[in-house]
Order: sequence, then C-alpha cells, then structure tokens
Amino acid sequence: MSPRVTKVALIVAAPVLALVAAYLITSAVLLVAGDPAGEVWATILTPPELRNVTSIINNASVLYLSGLAVAVGFRMNLFNIGVDGQYRIAAFVAAVVAGEAWLPGPLNTVLAILAAVLAGAAWAGIAGLLRVTRGVSEVISTIMLNAISTSLVAFLLRKAAVRVEGSNAIGTKQIPQDGRIPGFTLSDQPGTELYGFLVLAVVAGLAYWFVLNRTRFGFELRATGASETAAVASGINVKRMVLVAMLISGGVAGLVGLPILFGDAYSYGTTFQSGLGFAGIAIALIGRNHPVGIALGALLFAYLDEQSNPLQILVGVSSDIVKITQGIIVLTVVIAYEVVRRFGVRLEQQMVARELENRDGSRPEVTV
Amino acid sequence: MSLRPAWILLGIAGVLLLLALLQLLTGADDLASSGTLQATVIAAVPIALAGLGGLWSERAGVVNIGLEGMMILGTFGAGFGGFFYGPWGGVLGAALLGAVGGLIHAVATVSFGVDHIVSGVAINIIALGATQYLAAQVFSGLSGGGSTQSPTLGDVPTFTVPGLSGLLGAVEERELFFVSEVAAFVRALTTDVSVLVLIAVALFVLTWYVLWHTAFGLRLRSCGESPAAAESLGVNVYRYKFVAVLTSGALAGLAGGFLALVASSNYRDGQTGGRGYIGLAAMIFGNWRPGGLLVGSGLFGYTDTLRLRSGGESVHALLALVAVLLAAAAFWQWRRSQRVAAGVSVAVAVATAAWFFSTVSVPGDFTSMTPYVTTLLVLALASQRLRMPAADGMRYRRGSAG
Repeated sequence: MSPRVTKVALIVAAPVLALVAAYLITSAVLLVAGDPAGEVWATILTPPELRNVTSIINNASVLYLSGLAVAVGFRMNLFNIGVDGQYRIAAFVAAVVAGEAWLPGPLNTVLAILAAVLAGAAWAGIAGLLRVTRGVSEVISTIMLNAISTSLVAFLLRKAAVRVEGSNAIGTKQIPQDGRIPGFTLSDQPGTELYGFLVLAVVAGLAYWFVLNRTRFGFELRATGASETAAVASGINVKRMVLVAMLISGGVAGLVGLPILFGDAYSYGTTFQSGLGFAGIAIALIGRNHPVGIALGALLFAYLDEQSNPLQILVGVSSDIVKITQGIIVLTVVIAYEVVRRFGVRLEQQMVARELENRDGSRPEVTV
Repeated sequence: MSLRPAWILLGIAGVLLLLALLQLLTGADDLASSGTLQATVIAAVPIALAGLGGLWSERAGVVNIGLEGMMILGTFGAGFGGFFYGPWGGVLGAALLGAVGGLIHAVATVSFGVDHIVSGVAINIIALGATQYLAAQVFSGLSGGGSTQSPTLGDVPTFTVPGLSGLLGAVEERELFFVSEVAAFVRALTTDVSVLVLIAVALFVLTWYVLWHTAFGLRLRSCGESPAAAESLGVNVYRYKFVAVLTSGALAGLAGGFLALVASSNYRDGQTGGRGYIGLAAMIFGNWRPGGLLVGSGLFGYTDTLRLRSGGESVHALLALVAVLLAAAAFWQWRRSQRVAAGVSVAVAVATAAWFFSTVSVPGDFTSMTPYVTTLLVLALASQRLRMPAADGMRYRRGSAG
C-alpha cells in the first residue's frame, strides 16, 4: 500500500474499531445479564422515522453546542466541567430577559441571547479568576460552581417565577410569540419542526473552527495548550489566555439551553432539561475537539438516545443500556486512536528499516 | 509536616472552642450538638473514603476523576451484595465493584496511555448507565425494590462504649461553655458508631502507614513523582500503578457502600450526588495527605450536615465566623504585602458581615450551597501552597527511562 492510502485507512480505522468494540462490549453485557442482544440492536438500528429524525437533529444541536463549549477549554488543557452550571444560569437569565420583552420582537431575542452568553461567561469567569489569581484547579471549582448554580437558580426562580397553570411546577414568564425563534418544518406531520436555533449552532461551529485555526488568538490558545513553557517563551500571556479561554467556553456554554428555550419550552422552569453539560464532555472527547467530529459525536449520542426510547416497551430492556454504550464509546475511541497510532508508528519504522536495508544491505538498530 | 497526636487534639479543641464561642454569641445552639456531630461523621466518611481512594491513585501518578463512577458502582455493589448475602456481603460487593471500576481506569490509563481525565469521565458515564441498567434488571419486582432502588438492606452492626453515653449526654444538656461541646464531641464518637466508620478510620491509619512508612509505599509514591527514575531503579511502574488504582477503586466503592448501608438503608439511583468529586476536592484541599484530607472531609461533612440541622439559623451563624476568618486572612495577606488579595478578602468579609447583621436566617436554597461555597472559599485561600505529586496525570510508557 502507498503511504497515503495507509494514512487514510488508519484515520478511518480508529472510529470503526471503536464502534465495533463498543458494539461487542455492550452485547456482552446484554448477554451476561440475560437480555436479548439481537432484538435490542434490531430496535436501535431500525431506520428512524421522520419524527424521530427531527428529534435526533434537534437534540444533537443542543449537544453540539455543549460539546463545543467543552472543546474550547480542552484545546488549551482547561477542563471545564462547569458547562452544566453555566448553561443553567444562562438559560434562566435568557428566559427572564425574553419573557419580560423589554425590546420589540426579535431585538429582544438578540438581547436575551447576548445576556445568556454574558451570564455563561461570567459564571465560568469565576472559575477562571480563581485559577489565575489563586491557583484553584478549574476541575474542582467548576464542579462546586455547578452545585452552587443549582441552588442559586432555584432561589432566583422562586423570586421571578409565575405559577404554571394547572400544575405545581413554577417557571419564568412565557416568551411572547414574536420573541420566539421560528423553526423549519420538514413535512406536514406534527412533531417534525427543526429548531431555528440550529442555524446558530452551525455558525458557532464555523466560528470555532475559524478562530482556532485561522487567527493569531487561536494559534496562541492551541500553543498554550500544547506546551505552556513554549508559550511563555514566545511571549504569550498564559494567565490572560486561561481567563479568556474560560470566558469563551462559558459564553458558548451559555448558548446550550437556548435552542430548547426559544424553540420548545418558551420558559425556564423546574423541569428544564439538565445534565447536558456532562454529555458535552463526552461528545467533545469523541469528536477529538474537531468541529466536524463533535457534530458526528453529537448526532451519534442523540441517535442512541432517541432509538433507545422504545426499548422498554418493545423488548423489555431498560433504555439505560445505551448509556453504557455511550460511555464505552468515549473510552474505545481514545484507545482505538492510541492503538492505531502505535500501529502506524510501527509501520513507518518497518518501512524506514526496509528502505535502509535495501540501500546498504545492513539492518540498522531501530530504537523508539 | 507530620501530624502529632498532641497537635490533632489541640486542633480539635480549638475548633470546638470556636464553635462554643459562636453558639454563645449567636444563640444558634445546633452548631455543636452531639446530633450534629454524629451526622457530620456519617456525612464525612463517604467523602473521606472517596478522597482516600483519590490519594492512592494520585500518589502513584494517576488522576482519578472516575471516583464518582466507582462510588456509584459501590452503591450498587452494596445493594446487590447486601440484599443477597447480608450487610457484610454488601461491604464486600461495594469494594469489589469499585475495584472493577478501578481496573477499567488502570487498563485505560496505564496500559493504553489514555488521558486520565478522559478515562475518568468515561467511567463516570459507564458506571451510571451500568448501575441503572443492572438495578432495573435485579431489583424490579422485588418487594420494596424497583428499577431505581433496592429493597431495604440489613444494618452493619454499631458500637457503643457502655455507660459513657448517658453520662456525657447529661453533661451536654447542662450547656456549660466549652465543656458541653467537648462532651458532645466525645459522645458522638462513642455512641452508635457504625463498625464501618471504625473500618474507615483503620483504613486511614493503614494508608498513612503503608504509603509513608514502608518500602512499598515509597516505591508507589516514586511512581507518582518520577516514574522514569523509579523504573531506572528497578521498580515495576506499571504494576505499582495498577495496585494503586485498584485500591483506589475499592476504597471509592466502599465509600459508595457506606452511603447505601450506613448513611441510608438501601441502594438508590443518584445516591452519590457528586460526592466522588467532593472527595477529590477534599483530597486536593488536604494537599495529597491523609491528615489534610480528613480535615477537608470533616469540613465538608459538617457544612453539609448543618443545612439539615436548623439550617437557616446555623448557616447564618457561620456567616459571622466566615467574616471574622476572612478579616484575619486579610490582615495576614496585608502583612505579606499581598495588597490586592487582602483588599478582596476585606471586601468579602465586609459583605458577609453586612449579610449577617441585616438578616436573622439564611434562605433554604443558600444553606444547600454552603458546603460548595465553603470548599471554594477554602481552596481560594489555601490553594497556592498545595503541591501535587510531580508526575500526577502524566502518561508514562514503559521504557521511558531509557
């Protein structure tokens, strides 16, 4: 095989290997537990209907934003576990601003989105400041801030809330009709409307790619992540980079809850979806911090979530089984890349050795 | 710094004196009651055990953010073993399942060189999914059980020093300044103490001895400081890391088991509530040392308990303490000419004091964030003097020593 073909084959091999491994391990778990593995996979792999496709894409757009937020931090070795808290605070702030309708129509929507970004950035900024000024690991501080945000939002919600009619749930004021973001309908059937916010998610992905790969700031961010000492030596202010990266990560995290808020829920209440931040970590890892990879990861997770819904009814297996699959994929993707990388290195070494052998007939010692 | 028994006793006395003063000044009388202290022990032990797990693994150079997942596995292990084989079966099941989580982490990070945080996150996801799936499989349809909880489990035996409890209780009720607090403290440690608490204490002493006073421990820690140097001296780095991470998993599993067997009476979905992460924070707060870790978990357990013991009033009283401590910290920072830090401390101290004097109680939502805010505050004040193992979190491949 020519080197180029080998390279492409190796790139494709890793994710395929990871998926196959995840499939095998999940099947093994199912078999050991005495569940019908074949029927489970048949259900999960049934082609989804249009209604399900809509739901997969919508959920993927939310997960995608969450993955992007985490990835920004990852690119410079910052581990923002706090996306969960950041988007919760931001979604609440956006819901209040949008619900109050201070500005006419779409202008107010823009204001609400800006408020969400700022709120997310500010909440992440606390962790950034603590890291830069006091040396507190962002892993710990963001975990604490997650817990604090839960209580804080609960407290604020009680202050700002209106009672949802006919139930005990409380929520912020409903966003008026002209403040919502209209979706795209895929067909006449009900439940086939894509979030309008999807466009913003795609824009965020493009912006992420552009800023990281085509600007000086992005270069400095990646350089700091790759080697802090080298960054310092080339005059990069590492502390400032840490703070800015944390702010950006938090700002993107601020967007996470918005597709749901503006396209589906129209108010922030006690039942607002939680846990999206943690899924984002997994998705950023699967996508290897690449905007396209993250998108694929988000789609895969959303697909598994959606397709596992009928498992309990159809085959009597708890849909939690796909969580095992998702976790295993996170691990196998990384392991597969490492295995493939080592394999690739060995191939190259063998090739070099062969070339040298052909040249002077003596086999040189190869050390790694 | 080695912790001598005299210093420990002095420290405990100091804390009790502080609480006694605070009770006297604010009238919040649940701050140091034996009930509160007993609940503190129950709240602190799972965090301490999880942190101890983190200590083992990180001392060997493997960051373990998967503690939470291993703890979750432990809660299920306790539920499964406890239901089918009795309470001690539960303890064993918890440690075993935790160790399985540790095994996955060890294989991923040590054998395959996966980034430690990545592997930890994956384990947290897998553990959550696996326990929910298995719990639905095992406990559904059992009487008292369901897809999210196990039937009630048997109790691990408890231990009371005979005769002491009543006497101390009488002293506590006299409400003598400081004396009553000491009585309450001793009473909390001698009445209805679960054997698992004693085991946890023993594990701490054992860890301290093994890691810092044996050749094995020295080698294990050398893998966390400089694996290349360790290997050049003939230490099998991979094996030591495996042992450390497996132990770590078993301890975290035990922490989960404690939640299911002692802190409550059955396995429940979501029982850990992020305590694995808190354990990690307590370990960092404790500067990767068992003594410091104990203080950290005690602090967290205490603030976590307070919200349940006349929370609004108790936490309100703590505000006064925080204001005073911050003012002291500010003075100290000023002396070391850290002007900006001192300014921030003063500002926060003044704000806290203002909050204390303008209200009589803290709203419920704020009492529930107390432990987390405390942790953040303490880390913000202490973090710069912490030192983690030099090669912590770095991947190491055999043969790097050359």
